[in-house]
Amino acid sequence: MNEKVIELVAVNKWYDKFHVLKDINLSVFAGEKVIICGPSGSGKSTLIRCVNRLEEHQEGSIVVRGVTLGHDTKNIEKIRGDVGMVFQQFNLFPHLTILDNCTLAPTWVRKLPKKDAEQLAMEYLKKVKIEDQAKKFPGQLSGGQQQRAAIARALCMEPKIMLFDEPTSALDPEMIKEVLDVMIDLAKGGMTMIVVSHEMAFAKEVADRVIFMDEGRIVEEKETKEFFANPENERTKLFLSQILG
Amino acid sequence: MIINFIQWSKKSLFSNWWNSLITLFCIYLLFLIIPPFINWAILDATFSGKLKTDCTAGGACWVFIRVWFEKLMYGFYPVENIWRINLSFIIFIGTIGLSFFVREKYKLYILFFLIFIFPFIAFILIRGGFGLTIVETREWGGLALTFILAIFGIILSFPLGVLLAMGRRSEMPIIKYFCICFIETWRGIPLITVLFAAAVMFPLLLPSGTLVDKLLRVAIGIAIFESAYVAEVVRGGLQSLPRGQYDAAKSIGMGYWQMNFFIVLPQAIKTVIPGITNTFIALLKDTPLIYLIGMAEILGIVNMAKANPYWLGMAVEGYVFAAIIFGVVSFILSSYSQKLEKKFSTENK
Ligand SMILES: Nc1ncnc2c1ncn2[C@@H]1O[C@H](COP(=O)(O)OP(=O)(O)OP(=O)(O)O)[C@@H](O)[C@H]1O
Ligand SMILES: [Mg+2]
Repeated sequence: MNEKVIELVAVNKWYDKFHVLKDINLSVFAGEKVIICGPSGSGKSTLIRCVNRLEEHQEGSIVVRGVTLGHDTKNIEKIRGDVGMVFQQFNLFPHLTILDNCTLAPTWVRKLPKKDAEQLAMEYLKKVKIEDQAKKFPGQLSGGQQQRAAIARALCMEPKIMLFDEPTSALDPEMIKEVLDVMIDLAKGGMTMIVVSHEMAFAKEVADRVIFMDEGRIVEEKETKEFFANPENERTKLFLSQILG
Repeated sequence: MIINFIQWSKKSLFSNWWNSLITLFCIYLLFLIIPPFINWAILDATFSGKLKTDCTAGGACWVFIRVWFEKLMYGFYPVENIWRINLSFIIFIGTIGLSFFVREKYKLYILFFLIFIFPFIAFILIRGGFGLTIVETREWGGLALTFILAIFGIILSFPLGVLLAMGRRSEMPIIKYFCICFIETWRGIPLITVLFAAAVMFPLLLPSGTLVDKLLRVAIGIAIFESAYVAEVVRGGLQSLPRGQYDAAKSIGMGYWQMNFFIVLPQAIKTVIPGITNTFIALLKDTPLIYLIGMAEILGIVNMAKANPYWLGMAVEGYVFAAIIFGVVSFILSSYSQKLEKKFSTENK
């Protein structure tokens, strides 16, 4: 439980002139669940996209499972295989069936035999409760089902860390629960998770820590109970009062 | 029906005095052109016979087309081997036809077959080897030559164009700027220049004694020329793909080539098939320019025929015949591409 799997030290990132991440320090330990919240445009997505290097940072260091991310990082694919990601817009591959979405990476990245990859995929599809949709195309599924398929696709790489970028904010209210249930299951199974989300009930249930970001900075970082009971920062208080109603 | 027609013509043909004038003028023009043409092409035409002297009716002498048909279609390709050309075309058309009936997944295999396997089969069939008598490329000709060049051009240019399009979007500046220069340069050169360069200038640059078949040089020239256009069409397809697809592919650990091969290209290519078809139609219509570098495509044969003492002055029939064939082929292809466009636009909704 004490192994540091992600460590960001003094990370800065710019989009051209725009300073999007400012002096970010963050450590995540194995098995830990961290929730990131904050207003729109505060850099939450950018932050977690830096963790699997979908975005490059310019200053500071990011170490994931002992590997420092940088321009000269060899085998960035290997690291990405260990760090699954789920997106707000699902981003399933529309030209492939759900099953093919799930077996693609195991077959070609992990080089599993086709049979094993399919068995693995079915196992995870069962876990997210859509094994009966395996032969369908993403366009034929509801939003909630698509997002669960996207979670299964990520899990098929058997990652050690999962990143979620607002996984439920593109969903109709009645579908949010089915996705959160899957994520809660995953959390209880011991997965290390960083979740960008405004689902505070979910945060209270699974998170070890909650982080509040504003204008590219981490302005508050506390244990979950502390975070909700005694927020210190003014902006956090304001944000919480808005979001909790 | 009739009332609809009257309403329609009122609205679109006679909406004001100026439009009415143009409409009347056009009707007058059609009146001037069509009846004489029908007289010439059908009523006064001669269809049967063997010689020019059989054409006494005063209209078109379609006997000429009948007698010269094989030359117009296949040039000086040996008659007993013409089946080899036909078989190649049947395989080509058949494979494309097949792609309508198979499932999405197999379409990629068909594309793969057309790009990487079919050219070799067709080349061996048409040129010979492996037990088939060799037919030198200088004997190839007629309409078949036009099609061979256009089809080879588009097939060879396709993988090259895809690579160029990918290169143009590359994050490596050297590759990116090389591809931009390459594409823009080739798009800036007219096809006729490429043809002259390939046929006439290129051999001068080679050390004497090196022999690269003229047709091969021209084919490569056309393919490279075409690849620049294909690249721009494919680039449009690549740009239309949402960034999330790249993110997702990367996030499950796929490398650059895997991501492009499994995720990006299958989706991008599907959306650009109509565009590629249009490029192909344009190429098909440009290919007869090879006549200007002395290749015996259909117009070359017509010109040869009209200089033949027995068939002096038969050019018009030949040109009309060529025009009809090109018209029909272009029409089929463009309706095909329109159909695809419609299909994709409804699918994406
Ligand atoms: N590729 C990019 N180029 C330039 N600016 C960008 C890019 N991506 C994001 N930004 C900007 O960076 C800032 C942070 O974006 P980010 O997506 O990380 O915010 P966020 O906290 O995830 O917001 P949201 O809650 O809306 O998803 C925003 O102001 C955004 O406009
Ligand atoms: Mg975001």
